[in-house]
Amino acid sequence: MLAFTLRRAVQAIGVMFAVGIIAFSMFRFAGDPVNQIVSIDTSAAEREVVRKSLGLDDPVPVQFMRYFADAAQFKFGVSYQFRQPVSTLLMERMPATLELAICATVFAMVFGILMGVYSALRRDTFLAKLFQAVSLIGISLPTFLIGILLIYLFAVTLGWLPSFGRGEVVKLGWWSTGLLTLSGLKALIMPSVTLGLFQMTLIMRLVRAEMLEVLRTDYIRFARARGLTTRAIHFGHALKNTLIPVITVAGLQFGSVIAFSIITETVFQWPGMGLLFVQAVQNVDIPIMAAYLLMVSLIFVTINLVVDILYTVVDPRLRATVGRAT
Amino acid sequence: MTEPILSVRNLQVEFASRRGTLRAIDGVSFDIAKGEVLGVVGESGAGKSVTGLAVIGLIDRPGRIAGGEIRLAGLRIDNLPPEEMRRIRGKRIGMIFQDPLTSLNPLYRVGDQIVETIRTHLNLSESAARRRAIDLLAEVGIPAPDKRIDGYPHEFSGGMRQRVVIALAICAEPELIIADEPTTALDVSVQAQIISLIKRLGRDHGTAVMLVTHDMGVIAETSDRVAVMYAGRVAEIGPVQDVVRNPLHPYAKGLMGAIPTLAGDDKRLQQIPGSMPRLSAIPRGCSFNPRCAFAFDRCRIERPEPLPRGAQSVACHLYDNVPAESAA
Repeated sequence: MLAFTLRRAVQAIGVMFAVGIIAFSMFRFAGDPVNQIVSIDTSAAEREVVRKSLGLDDPVPVQFMRYFADAAQFKFGVSYQFRQPVSTLLMERMPATLELAICATVFAMVFGILMGVYSALRRDTFLAKLFQAVSLIGISLPTFLIGILLIYLFAVTLGWLPSFGRGEVVKLGWWSTGLLTLSGLKALIMPSVTLGLFQMTLIMRLVRAEMLEVLRTDYIRFARARGLTTRAIHFGHALKNTLIPVITVAGLQFGSVIAFSIITETVFQWPGMGLLFVQAVQNVDIPIMAAYLLMVSLIFVTINLVVDILYTVVDPRLRATVGRAT
Repeated sequence: MTEPILSVRNLQVEFASRRGTLRAIDGVSFDIAKGEVLGVVGESGAGKSVTGLAVIGLIDRPGRIAGGEIRLAGLRIDNLPPEEMRRIRGKRIGMIFQDPLTSLNPLYRVGDQIVETIRTHLNLSESAARRRAIDLLAEVGIPAPDKRIDGYPHEFSGGMRQRVVIALAICAEPELIIADEPTTALDVSVQAQIISLIKRLGRDHGTAVMLVTHDMGVIAETSDRVAVMYAGRVAEIGPVQDVVRNPLHPYAKGLMGAIPTLAGDDKRLQQIPGSMPRLSAIPRGCSFNPRCAFAFDRCRIERPEPLPRGAQSVACHLYDNVPAESAA
């Protein structure tokens, strides 16, 4: 088990190294960094001084190793636009994005699993068919459109929920949370629904399909032949078997929730990392873009690792294979 | 004769399909007495398994029991409400399926599955149910049951898993066990062990057993009586020695002729020409008539009803109006 975790961790570092190369190459492809720092009338000699002082005259691999070593300590350099360390900017924005992503995922999991189980067990009811139809909308409508429609309905027409921002936030150390104030919670509803809707429909359809599959298996038939109650069969035996693929998808989707929060954050002017990234793209603020790329990959890689480990907790068969493989 | 544990009368099972209703079981009748083992043989698709599923009430849509009645110790069970039928399943009727590798839920310890079943049917505490589960595992021949009870299904071999499945089927002392090809998925040496286990359990507990199989060897070794099924009907039923040594129905004769013997005569085994009709194309009259060497005009028009013939009963026109002595 430990060896398995370690091997996966080494693979994860390999992936991060590759992403680091891509992030680093952004600096070089977007033009000479010195040109972006100095003004137009700086002399060639002065440019050379700047270049030397920043270590930009070193061979490229040396520069890359220096960048990667710094990035590993969360030092991503200074933003061109804000004149502040990128890591400080990211740390300020991260709580907003993480809270949004977690709320969206919880929303997607809870409603996705409930609706999926319902529409598998009561396949022919009106409600189940309605869920199926609604899930099509969730899958096919683009996020920004859903966000704008929600704003129009609940913020403009009904005036129940704020149309932008996080509301009041409370500082807990360096973490700023909107979960403890009423206005913060209200502000969280629409962005979470917008961000989680796609995931919810995905999970719902997955749970439904998996559940129907599991209900056809021999061990469910045998459980029925043993006279177990319908409830024990559906929610004990069937649901647990259904959840294995759901964990995978929900886990991997958590990464994309963070990545796709760019759009939702833009629509709702949510002060998170996604909004920071969009602003950075507009201003060609490469240190922020590179750091964002690295952060998102780190989150993805971490989640993959956690999902792999979670599998073995749910499925005893994998515990055995993992033990044998190492 | 005392009342049989299981009494099936004129059972009909239909499956609704896009091209009309298919009748998988058409007028099947048989009894199983207390402690008796009834073997049910026939080719694939003859309706053996469907009969078993009908008895335990697990015919799923689009199938349904279209007629006849099933009685368990006198109580009619084919039309019970689902919840009452659920209480009978596992408690009064146990079932063993063909494939032990897929019959157990892979995510639960075998002990938890046994304890869950025991506690569903018997009013026992968690610890009492666990003790009973260990006893059951010991009874079906699993070594070190107090340790193995905490194992997961994938940690058991196929034969051991089938023993766990049997323990699950008998955990509430049912009056009837339906074993649907319990040895088909196992290798030959394990088959013999499982068969003798089922036989022993039936004897020790006075349980009636309905043993569905297509293996005549298994039937000959285990059963007291045997029913030969063909195309959803019982062709012949009777004591196992009589049916094996002196089969009456031409189809039963064909089946017995296809069993290799150890006597060593190296003649080719007899085979029955043709194959069983599809459910959508069952011929008029006797469903076996196109493959039957003895078929005559009446067989193509009129469906034969079961005729008593000594201890046997045979559905064949050859035996109608013929004195028992000169029966072919």
